[in-house]
Amino acid sequence: MLEIKNLKAGVEGRDILKGIDLTINAGEVHAIMGPNGSGKSTLAQVLAGREAFNVAEGSVMYKGQDLLELAPEVRVREGLFLAFQYPVEIPGVNTTYFLRAAVNAVREHHGEAALNAVDFLKLMREKIELLQLDEALLKRSVNEGFSGGEKKRAEILQMALLDPTMAVLDETDSGLDIDALKVVANGVNQLKRADNAQLIITHYQRLLDYIVPDFVHVLYDGRIVKSGGKELAHELEEKGYDWITNGELQTA
Amino acid sequence: MVSPANNAADRLLAALPTRGESGARFAALGFPTTRDEDWRFTNVMPIAELEFTSAAADAAANLEGCVFSGIDGPQLVFVNGHFSGKLSRVGELPAGVEIGNLAAAACEPCEAEDAFGALNTASFTDGACVRVADGVCFESPIRVYFLSTGDDGATANIRNHITLGANSKATILESWTGADAAYFNNVITELSVGDNALLEHVKFQNESMSAFHVAGLHATMGRDSRVAHHSIALGGRIARNNIRARLDGTGIEAILNGLYLPRGKQLIDHHMVVDHLQPHCDSHEYFNGILDDHARAVFHGRIHVHKGADKTDAKQTNKNLLLSDNATVNTKPQLEIYADDVKCTHGATIGQMNAEQIFYLRTRGLDEEAARRMIMHAFAGEIIARIGCIPAREELDRLVWDQLEGAES
Ligand SMILES: Nc1ncnc2c1ncn2[C@@H]1O[C@H](COP(=O)(O)OP(=O)(O)O)[C@@H](O)[C@H]1O
Ligand SMILES: [Mg+2]
Repeated sequence: MLEIKNLKAGVEGRDILKGIDLTINAGEVHAIMGPNGSGKSTLAQVLAGREAFNVAEGSVMYKGQDLLELAPEVRVREGLFLAFQYPVEIPGVNTTYFLRAAVNAVREHHGEAALNAVDFLKLMREKIELLQLDEALLKRSVNEGFSGGEKKRAEILQMALLDPTMAVLDETDSGLDIDALKVVANGVNQLKRADNAQLIITHYQRLLDYIVPDFVHVLYDGRIVKSGGKELAHELEEKGYDWITNGELQTA
Repeated sequence: MVSPANNAADRLLAALPTRGESGARFAALGFPTTRDEDWRFTNVMPIAELEFTSAAADAAANLEGCVFSGIDGPQLVFVNGHFSGKLSRVGELPAGVEIGNLAAAACEPCEAEDAFGALNTASFTDGACVRVADGVCFESPIRVYFLSTGDDGATANIRNHITLGANSKATILESWTGADAAYFNNVITELSVGDNALLEHVKFQNESMSAFHVAGLHATMGRDSRVAHHSIALGGRIARNNIRARLDGTGIEAILNGLYLPRGKQLIDHHMVVDHLQPHCDSHEYFNGILDDHARAVFHGRIHVHKGADKTDAKQTNKNLLLSDNATVNTKPQLEIYADDVKCTHGATIGQMNAEQIFYLRTRGLDEEAARRMIMHAFAGEIIARIGCIPAREELDRLVWDQLEGAES
């Protein structure tokens, strides 16, 4: 589904990703862990099409297409969704209006009829229940004045509405208390199917108690320095990131 | 000592017919300068430097392309500050409703407060006069068109009086347009709204991009009255609105709602003073601006809660979106509170069309164009949505939209 090869990317002349290789197949859940500043968000943003990051080398194939050639909006219409680590606030843009426009943009891309306000509301009610979000939030401006936890749950609400085939979640767990974490994890798990895949970026092992990955990758200084099964997350938790930063793995 | 500004005042007075003492007052005050606190950010020298003439009476004009043409109801038309009997259509009116021009109705002139007010009192030629008697609800919107056909320096002083009796209701829709020239309109509109009366007042200011527009709106409100004033400001090289609302009765609600979209080298300035004199009144000011090119905007909002005006609920917001690095905003929300148990909030924001916001919307499937539009439209729509008169709201929404689309391409 997603095949990243020797991906090198940076910003403002600075190299951040220094050659990433990662293959994700349908039905798989991958986790990327790594200390702050290792390039996790950069990878996520490059996959979503953020123009500020320049790809210097390498390729990303997604469902047989050159992902890097696609505009950000086309990527999501084709099913690649990013839940942001820091969702932006957009004052004045009503959340419901925005969500309907998003859903309809994706539907249109697939030749489906646009949902009218009533049908959309029905769909949305289903999803907000799943994520235990207060319906009043949807009358507010996009993310404006949302608490940290509300923002993260709103990201997963968007994921639920857009029903992606390849979801990238950038530290969706950061800043959540344990109850909110369970709600988010439950939401993500319910969206899991045999024909889609998830890439869970996290700083903490904790999330992986609730979303069980098939593969865990450790990102450090722009490179995947170790890959393994879910037990790698526990090992990392036990030994801490020092285990990696101390250089033991850098030569591996 | 004769300042250039005073000189200009004399030249202007010499060009216009004047009456009473106010001319001398204007001459003494002269054009304000940026040393004057109320005019710090708005330099009116480009007005003072005009070669003034009196805007022509009897000029040919028509309403082609004007707003609100699809709306039924009485229409008053003023060309260069003179009433046009030919273009105005008042039709049958119910008892208690008078709609006409001020000269014919011989309203009392009002006391001038500042230089432009004094100038207006000295030299106004005409303006709308609307009176609705006690207990009369006039449902049709009353449209008032102000057309300017003049050349550079053509000056018109216009005085409007709108008087609503107790328990009455009216809607006024104003339109300001003109030829592509540096003409100058100096306007005073007196709103007098009786107890428990309801007034919606929409001002669509779409003067020529070269024109100058200075307008005072003075609202005096009785107890339990409700006034919504909407200022949709698109035109003018310099456009200044002095809005003064006196809430001198209990239970009043005043809504001042504005949208300004300056571009090119335009300067659009809203200068408001709201006086809360009695308890239990609400005043809400909502002003949003979208600025492009080298445009400038000024927002000054002072809410003065006088002693005894307890339980005042006053809210003031000013939000600005800058589409260009060269656009600037000066915003100054101000609260002065001398009463107890009041609820007053104010806030101002100034921001660029944010690349992160655009990217975020794109990652949700909207193309770049749609994303930019959504952000801009939201910004403008928030203000337009407060207009109660539906056909006016829909038309202004479209017009504002067209202008913003133009700004984008
Ligand atoms: N827009 C940017 N401009 C300059 N440097 C950046 C930018 N974004 C990220 N970086 C730098 O790139 C490195 C990786 O950042 P990031 O991908 O956000 O890491 P992570 O998500 O793993 O914490 C950091 O050193 C960060 O400071
Ligand atoms: Mg990050």
